[in-house]
Amino acid sequence: MTTTTASVPAGKNRPYSGTGDRLRLWWDAQARPTQWLIGVPFIVFIAFLPVLRIPVLTTVGTDFGGVMAQFGMIALVAIGLNVVVGSAGLLDLGYVGFYAIGAYTVALLTSPDSPWNLTDQWLSQRWAWLFCVPIAIAITAISGLILGSPTLRLRGDYLAIVTLGFGEIVRLLADNLTTITQGGRGLQGVAFPYFGGTDKNPDGVFSAGNSDAPWNSGLWWFWLSIVLIVIVLLVVGNLERSRVGRAWIAIREDEDAAEIMGVPTFKFKLWAFMIGAAIGGLSGALYAGQVQFVVPTNFNVINSMFFLCAVVLGGQGNKLGVILGAFIIVYLPNFFQGRTSLFGIPIDGNDIAGYKYLFFGIALIVLMIFRPQGLFPARQKLLAYSRGLYQAARRAALGGDRATSAAAVLADGPADASSDVPGAGTKDGGDR
Amino acid sequence: MRRSLTTVAVAAALASTLVVAGCSSKDDSGGGGGGATGGSTGGSSALSIQPLVQIDNTGKEVAASDASGAADPAGDGSAKCSDVSLAMAGALTGGNAALGLNIYNGAKLAVDEHNKANADCQVTLKKFDTEGDPQKATQVAPTIVSDKTVLGLLGPAFSGETKATGGIFKQAGLLSATASATNPGLTTNGWSNFFRGLGNDNSQGAAIAKYMTDTLGYKKVCVVADNQDYSVGLADVVTKTLGSAADKDCAASVKQGDTDFSATVQIVKSAQADAVYYAGYYQEAAPFVSQLRSSGVTLPFISDDGTNDPEFVKQAGDASKDAYLTCPCGPAPSDFATKYQASAGKAPGVYSVEAYDLVTIMLKAIDSGVTDRADMVKFFAGYDGQGVAKHYKWDSSGELASTTTWVYQVK
Amino acid sequence: MSAVLLHEAVGSVHAAIATDVIDFDSHRLFSNFWALTVEGLSYGAIYALVAVGYTLVYGVLRLINFAHSEIFMLGMFGQYAVLWGMGFLPRGNAYDEGIALTVMYIGIAMLGGMLVSGGAAVGLERVAYRPLRKRGAPSLTFLITAIGASFVLQEFVHFVLPLLTDHKFGGLNAQQPIRLVQETTVFTFFGADVTNVDLVIVVAALVLAFAVDRFVNATKFGRGIRAVAQDPVTATLMGVSRERIIMLTFLVGGLLAGAAATLYTLKIPNAVIYSGGFILGIKAFAAAVLGGIGNLRGALLGGLLLGVMELYGQAYFGPQWRDVVAFVVLVLVLLVRPTGILGESLGRARA
Repeated sequence: MTTTTASVPAGKNRPYSGTGDRLRLWWDAQARPTQWLIGVPFIVFIAFLPVLRIPVLTTVGTDFGGVMAQFGMIALVAIGLNVVVGSAGLLDLGYVGFYAIGAYTVALLTSPDSPWNLTDQWLSQRWAWLFCVPIAIAITAISGLILGSPTLRLRGDYLAIVTLGFGEIVRLLADNLTTITQGGRGLQGVAFPYFGGTDKNPDGVFSAGNSDAPWNSGLWWFWLSIVLIVIVLLVVGNLERSRVGRAWIAIREDEDAAEIMGVPTFKFKLWAFMIGAAIGGLSGALYAGQVQFVVPTNFNVINSMFFLCAVVLGGQGNKLGVILGAFIIVYLPNFFQGRTSLFGIPIDGNDIAGYKYLFFGIALIVLMIFRPQGLFPARQKLLAYSRGLYQAARRAALGGDRATSAAAVLADGPADASSDVPGAGTKDGGDR
Repeated sequence: MRRSLTTVAVAAALASTLVVAGCSSKDDSGGGGGGATGGSTGGSSALSIQPLVQIDNTGKEVAASDASGAADPAGDGSAKCSDVSLAMAGALTGGNAALGLNIYNGAKLAVDEHNKANADCQVTLKKFDTEGDPQKATQVAPTIVSDKTVLGLLGPAFSGETKATGGIFKQAGLLSATASATNPGLTTNGWSNFFRGLGNDNSQGAAIAKYMTDTLGYKKVCVVADNQDYSVGLADVVTKTLGSAADKDCAASVKQGDTDFSATVQIVKSAQADAVYYAGYYQEAAPFVSQLRSSGVTLPFISDDGTNDPEFVKQAGDASKDAYLTCPCGPAPSDFATKYQASAGKAPGVYSVEAYDLVTIMLKAIDSGVTDRADMVKFFAGYDGQGVAKHYKWDSSGELASTTTWVYQVK
Repeated sequence: MSAVLLHEAVGSVHAAIATDVIDFDSHRLFSNFWALTVEGLSYGAIYALVAVGYTLVYGVLRLINFAHSEIFMLGMFGQYAVLWGMGFLPRGNAYDEGIALTVMYIGIAMLGGMLVSGGAAVGLERVAYRPLRKRGAPSLTFLITAIGASFVLQEFVHFVLPLLTDHKFGGLNAQQPIRLVQETTVFTFFGADVTNVDLVIVVAALVLAFAVDRFVNATKFGRGIRAVAQDPVTATLMGVSRERIIMLTFLVGGLLAGAAATLYTLKIPNAVIYSGGFILGIKAFAAAVLGGIGNLRGALLGGLLLGVMELYGQAYFGPQWRDVVAFVVLVLVLLVRPTGILGESLGRARA
């Protein structure tokens, strides 16, 4: 999926010549503390975007803080889905099911409408959300296990359709089990974290009632999701650099070969599925807390496709890429919504925002044809090598003398690896 | 070789038949007549939704109120105000846009009439699109609240988004007057700024259920509902009020967007009931009633304000004949319908009249010198006056003090 | 297997709460058994025709043409436009033109629907899939492209078509129906009413299915399709133009989808809407998998079975469980028998 060869002209011997690659090499060459020194202020800058309210960037028809909060949630979803699709190469079209399970877990445990409401018995409303988040993560992970253990034996296309079915089944269950979930009436009054209550905001900064721009609840939810994203990225990054990550990539590139080489493919696929599901559940819990109202219609298949769009657009396998992908799919429609002019040119923003699925559909087709690796493609790194090697590679790449340096290994490695795309050696892939 | 021959043959055949057909079948395009032998179906274009009777919550008939004294948004033309606006929030794009647009057009008509008559008081109507999505609504609501010129909000349109955003408007003290959200629970949250411009599901459901058992004399009713908030709530109330007359065996639940109701039709068909009650919207009600009729079920069909739309008759044709449709909204008076048609370019739909009335009350408040949000809420709480659709006076929870339901029939 | 568990878990949660959420009404199922069967067969016939499109493409390309549901949807609009062009204006009531003329109009509408669907399918193959094939893209790339194409086609009808046609076709709402046939009972069969529409659908579907079966199994082109499905390289060496065969496959699938679309709108005239293909497409795919994807006769069998089971399921569990029944059937079949009931590939299928 993340093949890089297609875009690299055969005669050109500098596959690492793009700006992105230079940036990446440079970044990889920095020491850990330097990376933190650069990274933290950057993240803080992003976090304060909704506060700064930069004129053109700020959304018009919708609250910028709220939009960024949604971006944070979708970014989490994209990271989780990226583990499944990008790292392990399992196409999951029912990912919204996990998002829904996460949201419903929190809602069922804390909404006064739910029969399983804990907040009126022993759990204080203030701590209920925090208490439910780990439960939501655990339950979605288990549901990932339940879905994965039978279905992960299926390959590729079949898996996609079965997961699609799963996503729909979750939504329909939420819709049909009316005595538990209230069906289409939804669950109202879901708990949210209590923090910083004042006279003006008696329910704290996370309550929807805190609506004074720019320090409104959307901003706080955005900040919370940034913290969670950083944590999740650290966890997932470490996993990817470990044996687990190597197994995932082996499975993605050639499942049969991986199996023969002794990788317990089923086990690692299941891990990918569970971890992806858990992250989706976490995001769902955020959703339930922010919107404070959960209803099945928010979890239909089209959202699954939307999530997939974020991952594919951003670049499967590239954790930071998919976050940018999430930003694009959340921000762009909102950017146009309610806008009547752009740089002085009159436009009908609502109309443009309404076309979002059309544009994303076209983007998917065009991307798949011309840039299947996404806008911010992942480079396949030889994960076993140390930082020292990347530094050597960088020196070599900058110095141009690559023939004898490790850069040759790095530059050629991916080319070799990526020609071996999933199924390429088998009947179904090779003859297309 | 052979393929291209077949293609040519098919194309030729198609072309010739098209020509033949094109020449011969225009006969049906002339208004409503059913071609050569369509005598019995000829009346479809004549069908429309006619008001039948106004009933109270126990299904008893009440006299229609006199709409002649209705509040007029134009006022006396001497109002003075500056830099004030009203907001409208609801689904303006996406699958549920039709209702949002009905509301917007009604509101716009009122504002336009006001602005035309009052040169010194130009009120802007700002529309905010929530797509009917609760999360979107939570992003839109802060934008409305932080626009300090907005004195009153018409909306949110749907119960779901109202649930998600009610707290925001409450904390901001912004009037939230809905012309369409009918979920009974909305007024139990202590939102003192929330006013409902129409009866809730409880009153409409109870009224029609009583009417079915007492006036129409049905002993056994199949209650069918779709899965939307509004429909589920309404069906609940209807089933409860019907009591033993609601037949559990033929109660069915369908999905929004369904077009194929064959199983439900079979269930109803074998149930030997006296009537079918459908809680939902016309999009599903029209194919449902068509399929009921075409499989030979002639039971009376009763539905709600979601179905009470000219589209229902257009889509279902003769199958909609004699269907009873209720609405907490009164019939649009003919001069309102004319004005609306001229302004929006189409006939008033469900909730247009409520939107017009509610915005009229807001405009009256502005004309009377209200300049901040708190006074606007106070004005609503103390309001007592006749509107185009009904009499508006609210109790302390924000429900109309007296609600009536209109029964209409397709004739 | 654990989908069964999931199902049982749901069942037990249910039993614990003991309510009317799931009906488990066997009386309703058995008392209406034949009526449900008749209805189920007529929907199943439509699923089957759409399923053939999935199965053929899968057999030849090993590709789930996810956008096939949108080809079906375009077929509905195609036949609608043809009817409109012939002077039928939309209205709530059925036209009554007499049997002979009605059959002719349906036939013309069906041809129109087939042309639109067939053309769209071939166009889709050209625009979206062929460039990928040239680049030797992996199978998931195809699937994602198909999802993109599905979006594009839906949104095209949703937003662009109304602009092109002066808001006559497409847009947010369903088209106002054009009913050619008033559904009436022709005869009764074990207490089940068999209507004229049911008869037309089942007969037309069987005829078309038979024709396709003959086409694939007994003509030169069919031999080409089977050859490519079996071994594309050898087939190419033997002088079969692979590109041509692929185009033909998409064309046949599209034509059948168009026919199915016409039959479907006979049954449900209100179904002509931009989003009207999606769920039906997934079900048709489920039908194809059920019968054994890549297997022509499997698609037919799967379609009929799924149609019938869906209605039984609705009667037994309640109508709101219809889609759940379809998806659970799909998942279970894939788990227990991943190759489907007849489980043969197109290439090996023998006449």
